[in-house]
Amino acid sequence: MGKLSGKVAFITGAARGQGRSHAVRLAGEGADIIGVDLCAQIKSVKYPMPDKQDLAETVAQVEALDRRMVATVADVRDAAAVREALARGVAELGGVDIVVANAGIFGLSADQDVDHDEVFRDAIDVNLTGVWNTVRAAAPTMIEQARGGSIVITSSGSGLSGRGGDGSGAWSGYTAAKHGVVGLMRSFSHWLAPHIIRVNTVHPSGVKTPMGWNEIMPAVMQDRPELFTAMANLLPVPILEPTDISNAVLWLASDEARYVTGVTLPVDAGFMAR
Amino acid sequence: MGRFDGKVVLITGAARGQGRSHAVRFAEEGADVIAVDLCAQIDSVPYPMATPQDLADTVHAVEALDRRILAVTADVRDHAAMSAAVSKGVAELGRLDFVLANAGIGSIGLEDPDPVGSFRDVIDTNLTGVWNTVRAALPVLVDQGQGGSVVLTSSTAGLKAVGGSTGGGEAYVASKHAVLGLMRSFATTYAPHNIRVNAVLPTGVATPMVLNDVLATILRESPESLNVTPNLLPVELIDSADVTHAIAFLCSDEARYVTGVALPIDGGFLTR
Repeated sequence: MGKLSGKVAFITGAARGQGRSHAVRLAGEGADIIGVDLCAQIKSVKYPMPDKQDLAETVAQVEALDRRMVATVADVRDAAAVREALARGVAELGGVDIVVANAGIFGLSADQDVDHDEVFRDAIDVNLTGVWNTVRAAAPTMIEQARGGSIVITSSGSGLSGRGGDGSGAWSGYTAAKHGVVGLMRSFSHWLAPHIIRVNTVHPSGVKTPMGWNEIMPAVMQDRPELFTAMANLLPVPILEPTDISNAVLWLASDEARYVTGVTLPVDAGFMAR
Repeated sequence: MGRFDGKVVLITGAARGQGRSHAVRFAEEGADVIAVDLCAQIDSVPYPMATPQDLADTVHAVEALDRRILAVTADVRDHAAMSAAVSKGVAELGRLDFVLANAGIGSIGLEDPDPVGSFRDVIDTNLTGVWNTVRAALPVLVDQGQGGSVVLTSSTAGLKAVGGSTGGGEAYVASKHAVLGLMRSFATTYAPHNIRVNAVLPTGVATPMVLNDVLATILRESPESLNVTPNLLPVELIDSADVTHAIAFLCSDEARYVTGVALPIDGGFLTR
């Protein structure tokens, strides 16, 4: 019997990276999965974003664990699309108990010729408004079910600090949005506590995914060598694995964390403690 | 001799409330003022917002102190308009030293007929508006090479969930948290230029944004719906002047080593 047997988890950004890792980890503990991903490129993002094949691969990995996954291509910036994707999953899987609002972008670029306002806007729309849309889509169903639940929002070290800031749309937008979701988490934790629905944020430092580990940051560090020290972890670990974050998400989603709500949890090799 | 003789301050949301208080106080200390306000209603906002007459009254108050003031009607959500306002102000007044990103809306406290619209308008004004203000103003400070002080107006809602569960209320908390993120990011960015960046976090302030029928009704009938507990000190609403004093300190040379700070002006609210 897994820790999440009989549960259904709604995960955004599920096609790849941390989202796929969460889907596989939670399925490994018995959960069925409702997954959402844009599966398309956003123009202001400089690394290649996942596609439909990536989402299909996540489904295959979940099904290989003998669990079900309902995957829908949807843009978290589109509240109606998120609601529809969730409804589709709830209809097929019977409900929703866990939400992992993980979808996010980082518009970092080594180019000088950047539309900082566009990058800032995309960061806020996906990383902040997208999270609001995700939780607002799922919470009414969870309240109606009257069996509690757990919501985990993916923030960042940049959700608690301003390290790395350079005035660009990429850094400013990311930092603002990742701070903003802490605010949403606190708001949601008050709203949903009477319904025994817990809400927390996780704050990873750099994670080894196509978003967090690519050639863009090294290129940026050529111009800004101070970034290397600014973004370093306390433990001698240059980068975390997605499973490190998934392990924390699993604990927060499970009954083992039954009294943990309103918490900002860094999973960051001591980045915040420096 | 005032603390701010020869200095120029840019203030958004300057038509009334906290913004007007800052304009008058900084003028008393010798500063000239670039005053920006939308001077119009945003549809999703449930209380009456500032008018052109309000901005004119701020102008009169500053001129009565024998200081210069350049008033611009502009929307902080519009980056181009903010850049134009800064250019106009600096061309007229000669320089810029302090940036007070104060403009904000508080669409909290009631049933929300359009949560998506309210969420968007609050984020656009309280978060993107602050981004646009700093983006427009900081290049001037950097070019001048004489340091400076930036103060962003956050809120107790920047660290705690006050504001309830409407779209506008959730956006208020999210935007005020996000402003702390901008503050920390900008403090890191502009420290090498000796430009200090801080945030003030007021509890409820006695201004038209709070003293209106909408909020008065909710605070009277069900304050718990907004997660508003009393302040620790026996004060219900603080005055704009209380916030202004803190901002004046942060802009003065007396605060020369204060940067990256989230400073509550809150009667102990956050300590509870």
